[in-house]
Amino acid sequence: MVRVDGSDSDTALIRVRKLNKKYRRGAETIDVLQGLDLDVDPGEFVAFMGPSGSGKTTLLNLLGGLDVPTSGSVTVDGDEITHMSGRRLARWRARHVGFIFQMYNLIPVLTAEQNVELPLLLTSLSRDRRRRQVATALELVGLADRMKHYPRQLSGGQEQRVAIARAIVTDPTFLLADEPTGDLDRTSADEILNLLTSLSKDYGKTILMVTHDPRAAERASVELHLDKGALVEAGRAEVAS
Amino acid sequence: MRFLPFVLRNLKRKKTRTLLTIGSIAVSLFLFGLLVAIESGLNAGVDVAGADRLVIRNRISLIQPLPLAYQQQLLQIPHVEQATFSSWFGAVYQDQRNFFPQFVIDTDTYREVFPEYEIPDEQWQAFLADREGAVVGRATADRFGWQLGDRIPLQGTIFPGTWELNIRAIYEGREAEADETQLWFHDAYLEERRRWGKGLVGWYTVKVDDPEHAVEVAAAIDERFSNSAWETTTETERAFAAGFAKQIGNIRLIVLSIGAVVMFTLLLVTGSAMATAVRERVPELGVLKTIGFGDTTVLGLVLAESVLIAVVGGGIGVVLAKLFTLGGDPTGGMLPTFHLGGDAMAAGLALSLVVGLLAGAIPAATAMRLEIVDALRRV
Amino acid sequence: MAIPVSYNVRSVAARWTTTVVSVLGIAGTVGVFLAMLAMARGFQATLIASGSPDNVIVLRAGADTEMTSAVNLEQVRVIADAPEVARGEDGRPLLSPEVVVIGAFPLATTGTDANVQIRGVSDTVLQVRPKVELVEGRFFRPGLAELVVGRNAVTTYQGFTLGSTVEIGGLDWRVVGVFSTGGTAFDSEVWCDATLLNQTFSRPEGIFQSVTARLTSRAELGALEDRLTADPRLTVDVTGEQAYYAKQSEMVSTLIRALGFLVALVMAVGAVFGALNTMYSAVAARAREIATLRALGFGGGSVVASFVLESVLIALVGGAIGCLAVLPLNGFTAGTMNWQTFSHLAFAFQVTPALMVWGLAFAGFMGLVGGLLPALRAARMPVAAALREL
Repeated sequence: MVRVDGSDSDTALIRVRKLNKKYRRGAETIDVLQGLDLDVDPGEFVAFMGPSGSGKTTLLNLLGGLDVPTSGSVTVDGDEITHMSGRRLARWRARHVGFIFQMYNLIPVLTAEQNVELPLLLTSLSRDRRRRQVATALELVGLADRMKHYPRQLSGGQEQRVAIARAIVTDPTFLLADEPTGDLDRTSADEILNLLTSLSKDYGKTILMVTHDPRAAERASVELHLDKGALVEAGRAEVAS
Repeated sequence: MRFLPFVLRNLKRKKTRTLLTIGSIAVSLFLFGLLVAIESGLNAGVDVAGADRLVIRNRISLIQPLPLAYQQQLLQIPHVEQATFSSWFGAVYQDQRNFFPQFVIDTDTYREVFPEYEIPDEQWQAFLADREGAVVGRATADRFGWQLGDRIPLQGTIFPGTWELNIRAIYEGREAEADETQLWFHDAYLEERRRWGKGLVGWYTVKVDDPEHAVEVAAAIDERFSNSAWETTTETERAFAAGFAKQIGNIRLIVLSIGAVVMFTLLLVTGSAMATAVRERVPELGVLKTIGFGDTTVLGLVLAESVLIAVVGGGIGVVLAKLFTLGGDPTGGMLPTFHLGGDAMAAGLALSLVVGLLAGAIPAATAMRLEIVDALRRV
Repeated sequence: MAIPVSYNVRSVAARWTTTVVSVLGIAGTVGVFLAMLAMARGFQATLIASGSPDNVIVLRAGADTEMTSAVNLEQVRVIADAPEVARGEDGRPLLSPEVVVIGAFPLATTGTDANVQIRGVSDTVLQVRPKVELVEGRFFRPGLAELVVGRNAVTTYQGFTLGSTVEIGGLDWRVVGVFSTGGTAFDSEVWCDATLLNQTFSRPEGIFQSVTARLTSRAELGALEDRLTADPRLTVDVTGEQAYYAKQSEMVSTLIRALGFLVALVMAVGAVFGALNTMYSAVAARAREIATLRALGFGGGSVVASFVLESVLIALVGGAIGCLAVLPLNGFTAGTMNWQTFSHLAFAFQVTPALMVWGLAFAGFMGLVGGLLPALRAARMPVAAALREL
């Protein structure tokens, strides 16, 4: 279940209450988010849609603990992250969040394998355990044969799959994807979307995705629209048209 | 340690820049090693001076001689264990540029007062047996390719004429800092041939039974000879050597100023290289932080890079300097010693560590303070 | 087709941090290089200026300094009789038989002893060395225990101020005058009556260490040398005073110069590394601009020229800063031991325009070396690939 009306439920994994975010640009104050409410149950695959500047990325940043709201709260699995210190937030992100970016953001000097291993370096896992987990993650995204390749030796779609492997390798509580198909051709985009759907359906991963692309949004279990700083549930038919 | 491969990868990213930065640091530390070696060469006597030895010279100056008769009188002064004398000979071997110090010594007492020079016994006996024999330091023997038994002609400047000496012994210093450039021969030989100044010697060195008595003995000696025709000034060997080194001028100041200029430049070079490296990598640093790398971890990563560059460069520089000093004195005999000690090498490494930390500090702090949201936007 | 310099200026301004680094690196190198040369030059100039082209110095044959020489009174008379030796207005030969004693006196700066040359001279010395000028007090009176002190000696050592009493060889001497020779080695000396000094040190009477004589004309040097060395009554060497002092400066100035070159060379390698770093990052940052210029029709040669020019200009700015930084050292008085006379000598650093030109040339050379490789890399970059980059 995903709700945007702010009514309490016991099952929600992510709970957002009265989230406000203001930006100051010179003398002008811009209210990006205004009292946004959101409840997401585990296993949901949510797509956020909305025009440029509607605050999609801001919302994602707040959910991922990358930015601090002006007011309101974000609670994930019982932890309220809005009041955590920078150090605790970093540790929290490492444990609970997997990030997928539009530009993949792989480290160019590291191989696919090493890129995926990166978040595991923050854990106390042994070298062997890390190796095995990296191999599993890369296998899951279908790139077991590209382990030793550098990002520049991979296609865009492959790079994004490595990025997804990096996001899931620590088995995080949920995944945040910011325009994961925004820079890809149709075929590669479909591959990525298939992968995300499978992660949600077959592995029960909770995924929150920001996208421009209606075809991408279609693959999610729920589509939400950001409008005037709050979320609105969108009917399938509406989006499809 | 688990981050080390990552740090190494980052250093390999811009190989030219990393190598050039390592190169600059290596060059600077090489220079540091060189300056230390030169400085300690000019201060050579100070470091190896015996605490239990006093040097007695004519009060007017070292150039003025003292009478031979003082030797017996010095031995009568309490706490004096032995008294030996030497004189400056100052002759030229083939060419003025082939400078090395020559002394005539009192062969009966010299070794007892200066035990730090190691000479094989049979060589010393051969020297004693030959009136025209000479002992020469390893460095000078190697410099001119002299072998035991060679006959060396010296052109006297203070004592005119040609003086031919037979190399009978080669001495080596017990410590690496020891002066191995000197040549010694019999005072008796000089005494026999000199046309003037018979019965006079250059200066005395006495050995006291305990360094604690040094000051007391020095005062007693000067008191003993006051109001005589040959008044004396007595100081510890260290003070004597230090005074000598100070006359060369403030070498330490020059060395320190050059060192400061070099270190400052170095800091800028490394700092700017690290700043460029961080600037180029802002989005990546943002990604690392997003993934959950803490601020201190990011700070550590950047600092580790900077320190690694500095220490590798510093290590290369120090080792090169050491190799250079092993190759010998570049001034051709002007420096009594040219040696880089282990503690100086350690100091050089420590210095490069500090340079690495300082140079990395600002870029690392920038990286640490980077806001993720801003950093990602700069993709 | 040349790329306009204004293009370089704007690019430099855009990357000012790394540029400042390489400018300072080169400035430091040039500064150290010049300081060492200025020191060597100052030392040498001080000694060379001590000699006059009109004077000769006569020493015992084989002696290379006054310290090891001896000339007796009869020999002095033979020298005085030589027709090449100038006469004063009173008809007396212009020559000064001199003795030198080295005394240890504490340095004003450190309080440790330094060797001071005490020179016993004859009363004709003022005519033999017309450069000598009394700046305070008067000249010593022959036969009295009086001292005249060189200008630098007053400031370098303790206890030589006008009117004070100094003990030398058991006799109390009074400082009655201060003289200047315009910054020569004599300014570090203490002068007194030769005969009295000899007596004080119980040296045999009528033995001097050197004879300095004024020539009737500087062209007569060879003639006097031939006459004196051929004379069976004498065993002496005759040297032009200037040559004698020039030789005395050799050892120390060679040492300073050798160390200076060594240090500057090593620093130059470091500075070139810095310049290379700056220029490589300039090339990398401007890959697209370079490609655009190439696409516009600028040739590889112009790209190389443009980058080398930029590097050389940066280096010259560094060189100029280095020169300016060293300039205040001009005239700075330092002291060192002159090994050849075993005595302490004050000298002034000399930063001459010629040295500064050398410094700039050195800087330009470092810029050239530091710019060439990156410039070649810039010229070799494939245009199409570079345009696509970023």
